[in-house]
Amino acid sequence: MLPYPLLTISLTLMWLLLNGFTLGHLILGALVAVFASWAMASLRPDKPKLRKWHLLPKLFFIVLFDIIRSNIAVAWLILRGRSKNGRPGFLTIPLEIEDRTALAVLAVVLTSTPGSAWLEYDSYDRTILMHVLDVADEAAWIDTIKNRYEKLLMEIFA
Amino acid sequence: MIQPAADIPLIAAIAVAFFLVVGSALALIGAIGFVRLPTFYERLHAPTLGTSWGIGGVMVASMIYFSVASSRLVIHEILIGIFVTLTTPITFMLLARAALHRDRAAGSHNVPAKRASEAEERPSA
Repeated sequence: MLPYPLLTISLTLMWLLLNGFTLGHLILGALVAVFASWAMASLRPDKPKLRKWHLLPKLFFIVLFDIIRSNIAVAWLILRGRSKNGRPGFLTIPLEIEDRTALAVLAVVLTSTPGSAWLEYDSYDRTILMHVLDVADEAAWIDTIKNRYEKLLMEIFA
Repeated sequence: MIQPAADIPLIAAIAVAFFLVVGSALALIGAIGFVRLPTFYERLHAPTLGTSWGIGGVMVASMIYFSVASSRLVIHEILIGIFVTLTTPITFMLLARAALHRDRAAGSHNVPAKRASEAEERPSA
């Protein structure tokens, strides 16, 4: 009956947030959400496998904290000018995750963190090409992505 | 019923002002970086300041102000944040990969070659 329960719930919530919490809108929003999730099911049959969804908040707060930290770092770097800037450069990072949803989440995380940019993913090599503003500590970048994000993502989308 | 801006409590006004200034300052710094950074790939990083905590700060300020001024919880701004965060990577990667493709086609030595395992070519410092 409901192919994507999480999607249905989020759509209903979104409807309520936009239109206000009334009984009428709850019913209307739920109807729209149910039909939208059926439409979704007919578009893409492969379902993302969320194994340990209780780890999602943990990932969320780790990322939020990292984004604050790198916001400060990049803002400082721009304001200070070019003199002692870190050397910008490209990084190739091998990945173990293959799940498409997990890759998408990782892409969103890396893109929204200032200072690191996901350029492309090579599904043959299973590597990503990144551009970072400070390549001085290459090992630290690889360590952050592999241990901080990838491990958690692999647990969530097992 | 929304109160006039002058009537909200001082502590809320301070919080609103703080988040507004932080958010807009980050967006401004991002714009400055957009002008000052020398290469395309470096310039890609600057607007992410605006799309992460730039929008985050303004979003939090807006939520606090309207929640206090209309004395009910107003949090639909979160949707803006979610949509911006989810859609930024799409344009971002489109631009980045177009630039990569163009640089590779031009035979530039400043970008890594197509497959990392074939060529150990690193950008010159």
